[in-house]
Amino acid sequence: MSTTAVQPVADERLANIGLGARLLRRPEVGSLLGALVICVFFWVTTDSFGTLSGIANWTDVASTLGIMSVAVALLMIGGEFDLSAGVMTGTTGLLMGLLTTEWGLSMWPAIVLTFVFAAGIGFLNGIMVIKTKLPSFIVTLATFFVLQGINLGVTKAITGTVRVAGLGDVPGYDSASKLFSSTLWAPHNFRISVIWWIAIAALATWVLSRTRPGNWIFAVGGDPNAARNVGVPVARVKIALFMTTSICAALVGIIVALRLSSVQAGQGVGEEFTYIIAAVVGGCLLTGGYGSAIGASFGALIVGMAFIGISFSGWNTDWRFLFLGVILLLAVLVNNLVRHRAEGARR
Amino acid sequence: MRQLRYALLAVLMVLGLAAFAAACGGDDDGDDASSEGAPTTKDDVDLTQGQDVTIAMVTHGDGGSFWAVAKKGAEDGAKQMGVTLKYSESNNDPQKQAQMIDAAVTDKVDGLAVSAPNPDAIRDSVKKAVDAGIPVITLNSGAEDFADMGAMTHVGQTETIAGEGAGAKFKEAGAKKLLCVIHEQSNIGLNQRCDGAKTGFGGEVENLQVKGTDDISTTLTEIQSKLQSDNSIDAVLALNPDIAVAARDAVKGAGSSAKLATFDLSGDVVQAIQDGEIEFAVDQQQYLQGYLPVVFLTLNKTNANTVGGGQPVLTGPGFVTKDNAETVAQLAKDGTR
Repeated sequence: MSTTAVQPVADERLANIGLGARLLRRPEVGSLLGALVICVFFWVTTDSFGTLSGIANWTDVASTLGIMSVAVALLMIGGEFDLSAGVMTGTTGLLMGLLTTEWGLSMWPAIVLTFVFAAGIGFLNGIMVIKTKLPSFIVTLATFFVLQGINLGVTKAITGTVRVAGLGDVPGYDSASKLFSSTLWAPHNFRISVIWWIAIAALATWVLSRTRPGNWIFAVGGDPNAARNVGVPVARVKIALFMTTSICAALVGIIVALRLSSVQAGQGVGEEFTYIIAAVVGGCLLTGGYGSAIGASFGALIVGMAFIGISFSGWNTDWRFLFLGVILLLAVLVNNLVRHRAEGARR
Repeated sequence: MRQLRYALLAVLMVLGLAAFAAACGGDDDGDDASSEGAPTTKDDVDLTQGQDVTIAMVTHGDGGSFWAVAKKGAEDGAKQMGVTLKYSESNNDPQKQAQMIDAAVTDKVDGLAVSAPNPDAIRDSVKKAVDAGIPVITLNSGAEDFADMGAMTHVGQTETIAGEGAGAKFKEAGAKKLLCVIHEQSNIGLNQRCDGAKTGFGGEVENLQVKGTDDISTTLTEIQSKLQSDNSIDAVLALNPDIAVAARDAVKGAGSSAKLATFDLSGDVVQAIQDGEIEFAVDQQQYLQGYLPVVFLTLNKTNANTVGGGQPVLTGPGFVTKDNAETVAQLAKDGTR
């Protein structure tokens, strides 16, 4: 691959680059290779990993993670972080649960209100980051803590316990769970959340690569000042990205709540870093301006495969995080190696 | 050249991971796998399948000192029964626990033991196991729901009764205001213990939510500032041994004279009981909660036995006080109490 010789031409931007190098230069290729390595590893070392039911297991884990990773990847390409993304999945699930079980709404109106509420929180995050010019890392960390406190405080004050239960008896549960938390392909039971994940990843990829807002996202993450100077509505783009992240969190919150027919007050806390990790493994730069939605999906897939693969292997769980850490490091290394080589070919 | 070194590093890591995984994966095939330095071949896996009984245990545990003892019980049980154990913990995440149970069902294990702190969340997954003909036993949490979920029996203590016992003991000791320290946000069982303690205590009980076992220093500060801000508190009930040790330091740090008791044991807690720093510990003997389900499930598989007669098998509450602490001390050091 590195042998792909570049012909000396007048303008290097017009250079004829080989297909291989062009492919390797895509941000998601590294995570794809990482995913393949881990997939082959567990496929060979365990019995169940490669069966259809096994695949259903790890795509299940990857799906809710993947939906969030795609949203977080968009936000990171736009140059911002959202640390409240994890706890938002709990907040939105709890809100839907309380609206239905405590205040007597039926499922669908509650779902609509939950999405509206999530969009509002995302808007608040965005406007605070824009107005204060503080790092989004700090602003959303504050949102994270505020929401975590509200989740526990409100849940306990209203229900007297630390979870909202009984969603299964709410009118509209059956139709809502058909859309958000049912399973497909009977004996193997693939989760419908996998379809949501693929749809959202495809939509995000289309937006990023084929539309004007997609260009804007790369521009505001790469250099906000330059973007503003060429007429990109930087504030609007960033606020929209925060809202997208929150709305995706609501989707995941609803999916999980309907699946478990209950929501715990601690739901989602700590997951925000997994989303960021998946996005970074998938080729997003922490500095913004570079990355891909498909890559983030592969990142989520890696985490999901490692999670279920370790379960199938029966490895001593004391070591679980060591394995996860090594696997993630491995994925990032493969990613880096591939990109280095691809960029080396360019020069 | 740098690229070459990168590639070499990546390859080494794959090999290292494979060897390590194989070594940890099973005692029987560890040697030849690590000498090959490559992933275990298909034959190794097939050889161990079929002649073994495999039991999966999926708990909401957090790897803390409480669950380490339960896990040791399960491992000892598996060793003595000659079966393979696949133990996994979800760290209080019900979605992950459901997914781990799904994985165990896919893996076609011969028996499944699960803790059920949030029965709704894992009901569907447990049902899948029952439908697939896998016998299920609940452990630790889930005494009220095991039958409903289709489990053979439950191995644990009922939280409310244990809480009542602890509250009554404080009342005997003449305490007036009790602080109940809750260390996991979403574990219903902890709230049930505090509610039980309230019933048994009769006096004023206040619950305090703290950070938890993964951040002991913050937890310590939280308890200490609570004691400093309200010096009418003359009794503290911790619900976990790690939290109890933090609470002991917090009581000292706050200069409070509050009496301290805890749920569950660790080496440190037993030492503190011997030293008179902790009054008593409510012992649910979680070693049994790991050990017994493995034994029951193995017997169910090999000898078609069912245990419990539709009732839970109680492993507690027992009380560890200064009188019996010494006996327990040695056992706690070995990690079985």
